[in-house]
Amino acid sequence: MITETREAFMDQVKVNEPEALLTIQGLHVWYELRRFGFGHAGYVKAVDGVSFELAEGETVAVVGESGCGKSSLMKTILGLNIPTSGDVLFDGDSLSGLKGDGLRNYRFKIGYVQQDPYGALPPFMTVQKILEEPLIISGVKDKEQRMARIHKVMGEVKMHPAEDFLPKFPHMLSGGQQQRVVIARAMLREPKLIVADEPVSMLDASVRVEILKLMRALQEAHGLSVIYITHDLSTVKYFSRRIFVMYAGTLIEKAETRRVLENPLHPYTTALLAATSDPDARNADTFKEVPPGEPPSLVNPPKGCRFHPRCAKAIAGLCDEKEPVEFEPESDHFVACWLYRS
Amino acid sequence: MNMPPRKLLQIEKLVLHFKTSHGVVQAVDSVNFELDTNRAVVILGESGCGKSSLAKAMLRLLPRNVDKYGGSVYLNGEDVMMYDEDEFRRNVRWVGMSLVPQAAMNSLNPVIRVGDQVAEPAMVHLGIRKTEAMTLVRRMFQHVGVPEDFISRYPFELSGGMRQRVALAMALVTSPSLILLDEPTSALDLLTQANIMNVLKRIKHELGTSFILITHDIATSSELADEVAVMYAGQIVEVGHAKDFFPAPLHPYAQMLMASVPRLRSESDPMFITGQPPSLIDLPEGCRFAARCPFRFEKCNEEPPMLGKNGRKVKCWLYE
Amino acid sequence: MNAMKNSLKRLFVYPSAVMGIVVALTLVVVAVYAMVTIPYDEAIRLWRGGEEVWYQNPKFAPPAWINLFTSKKYSESFSVRTTDGSILKEVTPGEEGTSTMSASYTFDFFYDVYPQEMILYFTAKFSEKQPFISMEWLTPDGRKIRIANLAIAPKQTYRLSQDEKLKTRLKSEDVIPALFSDPETGELLKGQYQLLITGAMFEPGSDIDVEFVFHGQVYGIAGTDQSRRDLIVPLLWGAPVALAFGLIASLGTSVLTMVIAAVGTWYGGWVDELIQRITEVNLVLPFLSILIMIGTFFSRSIWVILGATILLSIFTGSIKAYRAVFMQVKESMYIEAARAYGASSNRIVFVYLIPRMIPLLIPGLVSAVPTFVFLEASLAVLGLGDPVLPTWGKIIEDANSNGALYRGYYYWILEPAVLLMITGLGFAMLGFALDRIFNPKLRDA
Repeated sequence: MITETREAFMDQVKVNEPEALLTIQGLHVWYELRRFGFGHAGYVKAVDGVSFELAEGETVAVVGESGCGKSSLMKTILGLNIPTSGDVLFDGDSLSGLKGDGLRNYRFKIGYVQQDPYGALPPFMTVQKILEEPLIISGVKDKEQRMARIHKVMGEVKMHPAEDFLPKFPHMLSGGQQQRVVIARAMLREPKLIVADEPVSMLDASVRVEILKLMRALQEAHGLSVIYITHDLSTVKYFSRRIFVMYAGTLIEKAETRRVLENPLHPYTTALLAATSDPDARNADTFKEVPPGEPPSLVNPPKGCRFHPRCAKAIAGLCDEKEPVEFEPESDHFVACWLYRS
Repeated sequence: MNMPPRKLLQIEKLVLHFKTSHGVVQAVDSVNFELDTNRAVVILGESGCGKSSLAKAMLRLLPRNVDKYGGSVYLNGEDVMMYDEDEFRRNVRWVGMSLVPQAAMNSLNPVIRVGDQVAEPAMVHLGIRKTEAMTLVRRMFQHVGVPEDFISRYPFELSGGMRQRVALAMALVTSPSLILLDEPTSALDLLTQANIMNVLKRIKHELGTSFILITHDIATSSELADEVAVMYAGQIVEVGHAKDFFPAPLHPYAQMLMASVPRLRSESDPMFITGQPPSLIDLPEGCRFAARCPFRFEKCNEEPPMLGKNGRKVKCWLYE
Repeated sequence: MNAMKNSLKRLFVYPSAVMGIVVALTLVVVAVYAMVTIPYDEAIRLWRGGEEVWYQNPKFAPPAWINLFTSKKYSESFSVRTTDGSILKEVTPGEEGTSTMSASYTFDFFYDVYPQEMILYFTAKFSEKQPFISMEWLTPDGRKIRIANLAIAPKQTYRLSQDEKLKTRLKSEDVIPALFSDPETGELLKGQYQLLITGAMFEPGSDIDVEFVFHGQVYGIAGTDQSRRDLIVPLLWGAPVALAFGLIASLGTSVLTMVIAAVGTWYGGWVDELIQRITEVNLVLPFLSILIMIGTFFSRSIWVILGATILLSIFTGSIKAYRAVFMQVKESMYIEAARAYGASSNRIVFVYLIPRMIPLLIPGLVSAVPTFVFLEASLAVLGLGDPVLPTWGKIIEDANSNGALYRGYYYWILEPAVLLMITGLGFAMLGFALDRIFNPKLRDA
């Protein structure tokens, strides 16, 4: 009885809410560890219960350190990983039921901008070939049609005249140009969603901002939804409306960017912000406050709150016992921390 | 006879060019700077500006395709460039200055316990026995914040941050007066980066070591810098105290570089520098930044000298 | 295309590469030349021909150019005939349908070693009455020696050294030296010699033609073997055979190995397991022994051996080496990107994985050519060479079975061996240079 009512209620909610482009429901991505190649030796719980919605045209940053599961989350959204449980709903498709061509069609609709632009481009292909590939794969048979699209996208990423770049190999381009090609490739099939994995972390400071601004301009011009994955909080505010902070496979804080930066609630978020420096000579005079220890293993995360062994504010008997649920101490600012239990 | 310089380190007209099939790469082109004891200088530059080659030139870790290598490196008043290979190895490397290479945490030997790896340079360069060396290793582990029982672990059993600390301990164990750090935090996570910077600060306070920190990460570099040298296209274009430099850099390149840093605690809109740095093979006449500089004028066709201004030095005609 | 052009340009920076290219191109030119001037059927006919094809040549004759290196000059071989006018023939009609024929051939002999043999081949046209021939020998010192008088059959061969009467007349067991010596001193006499042939025909329409074959001690630019065969034929034809065998084996092996390694690495699972197990089994199988067995029991055809070689060479250590690299490439970001934009597995293997390996493949392929060229030669030396085709290995086998080294016929072994070595060296040098260009990490830092 109860479940029925709940489902009916959920249906209503869906009708009333603005259409979400991407919905992630209770997503778990676990990798099985094997001993000697066959014996079961536990799971790497890379993504362990993540839910969120992303509206069309919305930008969100997933912030976390390496090994927090953000790459696995990203790859699942891209359709490269199979969810262990939970689901990813994107533009009417449910990822969990997809296989073969269905899965490939799903992948067509999402653009992917990678971290290392040089590694992301096949070194033996010219820029033209690189950009033709996704179009050929999605069935654009007419060469002229492909070239027209490529020229248009090259213009959008400000690589003109395109003729100068198309015959070049990736190694002949600067890092910034390479990243533009990667972005162009992601934009080719007019995706509704772009997943950008640390798109500027490998670039020089002087180019970084240029690429960020370019992505911002593209996002605005096309009304793109963007998931921006980064460890660098200082670039987030130029790009994302919301921030999701990820720690050990879970999202621990979700809110608008400004709110997180001005009023971080979770102790881990606070620590991340404190560790981020701005260039200032006074930095040299003080020590940074860094929580002790290191992120936990995803095979065997701590009981209760996964951050509690490093947390100065941990409440004995609670944080080390029960996994925190999501609280909303201020409207639209969610945090998974017992400190905010009401 | 010149008076020997009194500084810990004084580099004069250091040059390092490489031969490649495309031409001569002028990676380090007449670089001068100096450093006092217990100070840290940051060499800031973007990829391909020659900053890593500068480290190689200082420690004479040269590849085989060297075209030109010269200049003076005075360490404690002695020109170590005059040393032959053997003297250099005995008196300079590890003993006078040691290097923490780029991605040092990944260059540890995977099959040797980390304690033994750290003890190795102490035994070789200080000529002490293993037991003494291990005592030294324990002390160094304390300084860099590695738990003592990690001494008998293998590198793969340590996290990236811990391995980076071990690499640091390895550079420190011979008590050199100067440590060269090549991008010490670039592959590390935010909190680990902050930790390593804390460790470096502590070592500087506790052991009085001097540092040369080679990095492209301006924000992190400010954590340690007493002085800043900005490198562009093989040359140092600005040198100054961190306290002067960070609020108001002088060289147009340095100004633009600073303006390109996204800041967490300010609303300023970051800028970017259009164009690309010149190829080190085919360098332009005159000021090497001129092509990208919004302030360029006729004089920039000639190479600017290093101009002094209120204790700061800048290689730009604007400050003549 | 541009990259290819650049690579080629860089190729010329390496002297070894230039040498390698020169060798390879020369081989190609030689191969084409051989195939154009001596068509396949002709080559086989010549190679498999015996005395009837090669009667004009001496046996075991070193090449003529060894005279450049020896103090004693060896006589060169030649053959002349009336049919093509190299011997002038005069026919004078006589009475009652009879006629006389006279022909003479004059030649200089300024060598230090006696020739091997002189042979006259007569062809006569007649219906009943055999024509009659008499031969005389004029020496430089003016002596005139009667050689023989004989009635000739339609086809008649006359070997001077075999004529017992001539032996008695010259009072010597060895006719040829006797004909070329001063009878007083017994020393070799240099100068102009002349062979005079007169014939008498007793029927109208009767005719005589003669061919004078002079077997010197040296022959041509390559020399001859035990069956008088001109070695230039197998030496020339060895080039296309060696190139074809080496290139096809190398190309087949490398490409198949790479494709199989790529497929195994990408799909993983049982496909990969199967490939790995086959490789491990194949690695313990004795490669040469299997080829010898195939050659002995099944077929010695070069194409069968080639097929077996390729099959046995696919699943070797190189499949493991390729696999190791593919494992790395498989994880690279651009492959992930390709998956993310929906590339199918087949496309990833053939468009993304394999092209990445071309830089490794090409130098390896070129360097492997000599291995297979030598393999073919080794099999031939072991007596398992192709029974039909002339190859360098077959020459060595013939030389070996005729005791060439023991009997001092060094040219016979050295000529094919040098060609094999040059081929090997050329391709190896080219391979090394290509490796340096395609894999710049190996270059000096």
